[in-house]
Amino acid sequence: MAEKKFVVGSFKEEAVLFDAVKKVRKAGYKLHDVYTPFPIHGLDQAMGLRDTSIHTAGFIYGIFGTTTALSFITWVFTKDWPLNIGGKPHFALPAWIPIMFEFTVLCACVGMVLTFCYICQLAPFVKKHHFHERATDDTFVMAIECTPKTDENEVSSFLNSTGATEINVQQAETGWWLGTYDKDTKPF
Amino acid sequence: MAAFKYESHVREPLVEGKKDYHQVTEDIVRPIESSPSKLWWVGFIISVILLLFGVYSIYREVTYGVGEWNLNKTIGWGWDITNFVWWVGIGHAGTLISAILLLFRQGWRTGVNRAAEAMTIFAVMCAGQFPIWHMGRVWMAFFVLPYPNTRGPLWVNFNSPLLWDVFAISTYFTVSLLFWYSGLIPDLATVRDRAKLKWRKKMYGVLAFGWTGSTKHWQRHESLSLVLAGMSTPLVLSVHTVVSFDFATSVIPGWHTTIFPPYFVAGAIFSGFAMVQTLLLITRKVLKLEEYITLEHIEVMNKVIVLTGSIVGIAYLTELFISWYGQNKFEGWAFMHNRLDLFSPYGWSYYLMMGCNVLSPQIFWFRKMRRNLFVTFFMSILVNIGMWFERFVIIVTSIYRDYLPSSWSTYYTPTIYEIGFYVGTFGLFFTCYFLFSKFFPVIAVAEIKHILKKSGEAYKPANEKVETESTEEFYHQVSHHH
Repeated sequence: MAEKKFVVGSFKEEAVLFDAVKKVRKAGYKLHDVYTPFPIHGLDQAMGLRDTSIHTAGFIYGIFGTTTALSFITWVFTKDWPLNIGGKPHFALPAWIPIMFEFTVLCACVGMVLTFCYICQLAPFVKKHHFHERATDDTFVMAIECTPKTDENEVSSFLNSTGATEINVQQAETGWWLGTYDKDTKPF
Repeated sequence: MAAFKYESHVREPLVEGKKDYHQVTEDIVRPIESSPSKLWWVGFIISVILLLFGVYSIYREVTYGVGEWNLNKTIGWGWDITNFVWWVGIGHAGTLISAILLLFRQGWRTGVNRAAEAMTIFAVMCAGQFPIWHMGRVWMAFFVLPYPNTRGPLWVNFNSPLLWDVFAISTYFTVSLLFWYSGLIPDLATVRDRAKLKWRKKMYGVLAFGWTGSTKHWQRHESLSLVLAGMSTPLVLSVHTVVSFDFATSVIPGWHTTIFPPYFVAGAIFSGFAMVQTLLLITRKVLKLEEYITLEHIEVMNKVIVLTGSIVGIAYLTELFISWYGQNKFEGWAFMHNRLDLFSPYGWSYYLMMGCNVLSPQIFWFRKMRRNLFVTFFMSILVNIGMWFERFVIIVTSIYRDYLPSSWSTYYTPTIYEIGFYVGTFGLFFTCYFLFSKFFPVIAVAEIKHILKKSGEAYKPANEKVETESTEEFYHQVSHHH
């Protein structure tokens, strides 16, 4: 992807960050992302991010697991090789519940984790731009994307007025993995 | 702020001392960055030696066959399956802490969940060894998998609890590993971003999967953790249930009971918490993490131990009563003669089990005892001895005198290689745990930061006024926060 310019500011307090996010959105700047060392509840709503639907993916993987296990065992024990086990019914549904359950959980969990890694582009040798090396320690880092019309100095001083420190301008390649903004609350 | 979370000031702080976010990182990541202590090396080398002895024991068993163990026609399951059930049980506490307590929103889990989950993974690794090597011709172990083969294809028996076990244990291991690692990614990124040495930056860079801490990623991460916890919860209950089915669906006196699934699950959590205590009491001392794994954490876990120990006690008494009250003579014999009779060949093990598991944990009704580190440590060892003997009682005392008196076998004592295999799994477990404590953050850094302002000692007093204010004042304050 193309290189873009960002105005980056750091925050040390969640309360200041929340207010700053609101101000930035109100002023109509293009909020690229906020990087935090731990999940801050409500920040995604404050930024206008759409809710994730990764759990729906998990549900689909789970259903896939259940149906696969059920249909496979049914095929094996009623069609392919109807083994006589102590004269018991070939279609022994209650006895299959443990494996159906385990396979459901296995498919849902493995599928969800792989999906998570894919949509967030997380993998062992992935290289991403890090705006601030303490974004995983104690600093909340806000990046505002510059459009050709943006005046960097103006954004910098605006960020400063919201309480940000260590403001600078960085060039970085952006990814598609950041998620989409809710259409209704799209801030720009 | 969007959601105002508040915790009663009456509760003890979960993080002691004056901390800010950076200090939390410092405290937890420091052991990774400094070279290991002498004590670490001593422990690690002992573990590796034990592991090597275990490897040699397995080598003997594979080379000369299962006859290297003292199992016989009557006692077909001895130490190996006892150890299998014991290790699987220990694993359960980790999932209970990481998944069930997450769903119940128990803040104290954040201090101990990472180490407990690691313990789960290592314990399940150890557990898996026993059924695998017990197969004898271990090179055919892959026969347990339902794959299209040239023998028909002849499929595995999906109606067999032993196959359910294959699915349960392997699923449990995979899911625990994914849950643990997905939680580790942000913390590994913290280590990566702090790293000064080149190799460390590179290594943790690879391990952290390029995590940046983006809000969107956190949102997905939170959702993922919640769903994984939601699925691990029934999973962990199912795993020991399935293990208990190995026994309960057979027709052996002493095994053929419907009480087994809940009784096994309670016992698993009981022994698992004991192992968590053993590990964490050492970890917090050696890595100087007393401010994160506080006395409060230890007390809460001791409460779980007395609860589950008592549930196990009720289960023991119930099955004893039913064996007397029921009409099955064989069941009655197994209990009255093989177990309850102190002077029968293995009667002593029944009383050892009762003493360690039911009587001794009752000491934790006293707050003073729950908060005493020596008592806690001693009890954690005692409970695990007791839980090992529970499985030994279930397995050996049920089968050493079977339906045919001529094949009774009262002389089962393990060989050195049978013991060596068990000791070897201790080596495996502690080797893994030592490596984990050296290379990974043993406490979930991001999660501690998440609860810091709510439950940290330095921040709690600010919450106190919320509790003493009137509702109107409180509402006024919260609504004006935006």
